[in-house]
Amino acid sequence: MGQMPFVMQLLDTLAALLLLLSFAMLAQRRIATLVELFALQGGVLCAATLLLAWRTGDDNLVLSAALTLGVKVLALPWLLRRMIRRLDVYWDTDPLLHIPGTMLVGVLIVVFSFGLAQPISALASTATRSAIGIAVAVILLAFLTMITRRKAMSQVIGFLSMENGLFFGAMSATYGMPMIVELGVALDVLVAMLVLGVFFFQIREQFDSLDLERLESHQGGR
Amino acid sequence: MDLFALLVTPLAGAFVLAWIGAGRRAPEVNAAFSLGTFAAACALSWRVATHGEATFANAQFFVDPFNAFLVALTAFVGLTTSLFSRPYMRIEAADRRVTPGGLRLYHAMYQLFIGTMLLALTTNNLGLMWVAMEAATLSTVLLVSLYRTPAALEAGWKYFILCGVGIAQALFGTILLYIAAERVLGAQGVGALLWTHLDAVKGELEPRVLSIAFVFLLVGYGTKTGLVPLHNWLPDAHAEGPTPISAVLSGLLLNVAIYAVVRCKVLVEGSLHSAWPGRMLIGFGLVSVTVASFSLWRQRDIKRLFAFSSIEHMGLVAFAFGMGGPVANFAALLHMTVHSLTKSAIFFAAGHAAQKSGSQSIDRIRGLATVSPTVGWGLMIGALAILGVPPFGVFASEFLILTTAMRDHPWATPILLLSFAVAFAAIFARVQSMVFGDTTLRRLPHSPALLPVFVHLGLVLMLGLFIPPFLATWYGAAARLIGGGG
Repeated sequence: MGQMPFVMQLLDTLAALLLLLSFAMLAQRRIATLVELFALQGGVLCAATLLLAWRTGDDNLVLSAALTLGVKVLALPWLLRRMIRRLDVYWDTDPLLHIPGTMLVGVLIVVFSFGLAQPISALASTATRSAIGIAVAVILLAFLTMITRRKAMSQVIGFLSMENGLFFGAMSATYGMPMIVELGVALDVLVAMLVLGVFFFQIREQFDSLDLERLESHQGGR
Repeated sequence: MDLFALLVTPLAGAFVLAWIGAGRRAPEVNAAFSLGTFAAACALSWRVATHGEATFANAQFFVDPFNAFLVALTAFVGLTTSLFSRPYMRIEAADRRVTPGGLRLYHAMYQLFIGTMLLALTTNNLGLMWVAMEAATLSTVLLVSLYRTPAALEAGWKYFILCGVGIAQALFGTILLYIAAERVLGAQGVGALLWTHLDAVKGELEPRVLSIAFVFLLVGYGTKTGLVPLHNWLPDAHAEGPTPISAVLSGLLLNVAIYAVVRCKVLVEGSLHSAWPGRMLIGFGLVSVTVASFSLWRQRDIKRLFAFSSIEHMGLVAFAFGMGGPVANFAALLHMTVHSLTKSAIFFAAGHAAQKSGSQSIDRIRGLATVSPTVGWGLMIGALAILGVPPFGVFASEFLILTTAMRDHPWATPILLLSFAVAFAAIFARVQSMVFGDTTLRRLPHSPALLPVFVHLGLVLMLGLFIPPFLATWYGAAARLIGGGG
């Protein structure tokens, strides 16, 4: 029993790391680095899931960790890196709000998240329930990343990071969703990326850029 | 067995059409698979009508009167749309607007789209329902951007990202629901996401968590329903994609999305013992009706015009479900049916009208009644039906909704009446100018399929005059199931 608290401390550290990575993504303007941060976030999520699987002896969590490793650490970053190379988009243009301002909003979001998570944590019976607030914060920070970016690519990475937050939330509150649901969600995310790959090339063919401002300029004409 | 056939037929269709979807006979193959799906849906509905509700495969799937009629409706409109799309897509190919590869993608994804919607309707697992809803979005993203024009690409991107973010909120809501359910239904809750199990214990679910969950679920599935202010993607997606896709998006996907909202509302209301979720729906619904009907005045594109009309009608359905109670629920279900039939018929006619004039711009479509009386009158009658002119079915459902509103929420009645009047003036003026007057429209290379238009409008007319007893029984049973209200 002596080592249990240590495992819990480790889990809390991983959760904190997850939040830190979310902030790093919020501040990062280089798209290639954004992908690596996303892969790292997947890795931390995978490690936390494995640790929890070991702690609870739950086989489903091992499967879930394997799924995270396969999809979020290997497959998706590989696809994203390939897309960046082939589309030649390395940098995002200036975000809509300057970085320090965004970070400030991010801090407020974290405070709000912990408030929102209060009743949920009170209900959950898992050992990791204190991390639910972090999960909510990761989701909302990813959302903030999405809405402050102009390049389609960074928005998509924000979207995927949101999915990470959702998985972490499910894991810390209930030790994961039923397997069939997790599988379905992972499949959806993968298909979404493939669809987007095709889609980006179509956009590029038309506009010679992945800058969403150009896309939006076609709105008014109709 | 029938359920299995219902889900596997479109999936098999998607595979076959991914193989031969660009061939000369592909549109017929597409229609044949849709016919198969419709036959399975009829068998399933017949079973529910005779034997009542049933669960399948360890309760992973279920049918009750609420989803049985939506399954039948989805399969039926799926079939008629595939019939309409036969000549329509041939004309598009002849005009070189789609490539053979595009045509193959179109046919395969059409089947997949119908399949995912049927899965979302029949699954008992709220997690799987989410997965199916997301899959339905993904299967149509590339169809919305099929023409690869700048506007189409923008529409596809907006559709993907807004619905993606929206539906991620719904996933969070589903997770919260699972947290609350697991506590009641046991650890690693076998069936903790199964709707029938949740419905049985809904009184014991923790109300605070469920109310947070409902906000996320409503925002998530509400985005897909096109409720204002989450409706931004909808007009673009409906206007830029091929018309058969506009018809199924508007006629079917919106129904499935509001179905998901209502399923969640039943659970949350049962837990909270208050009408608060209903009031949220009333609020979203009224705002949608008002904003959409005033937006109609600004539209210059025929498909965008009717896309906004879809937002208006979905708002009305949300409003009716929000009021709750047997009468309002009955009216909402009827309205879902007639809206879906009428709106797809209108899109069929509008699609051919746009092909004739070579443009979707309302100003450039003139004198349809002279060149092609069937298209012109189809559009005119369809527009009158959707505007709630008696004796069509939309009149019956709107009348029921209005009278219930007068009794339960009198303050909402003038808002609704004003919106109806505004919508009537906007749509009628535009349709009249398109149908009558001089014209220079061309003849089409393939003769259009207008049978679906008149079959749909005939059904809507029938529902306005007489609702078959078995359908009324279903609506009644579903309305009791949904409950709510005073």
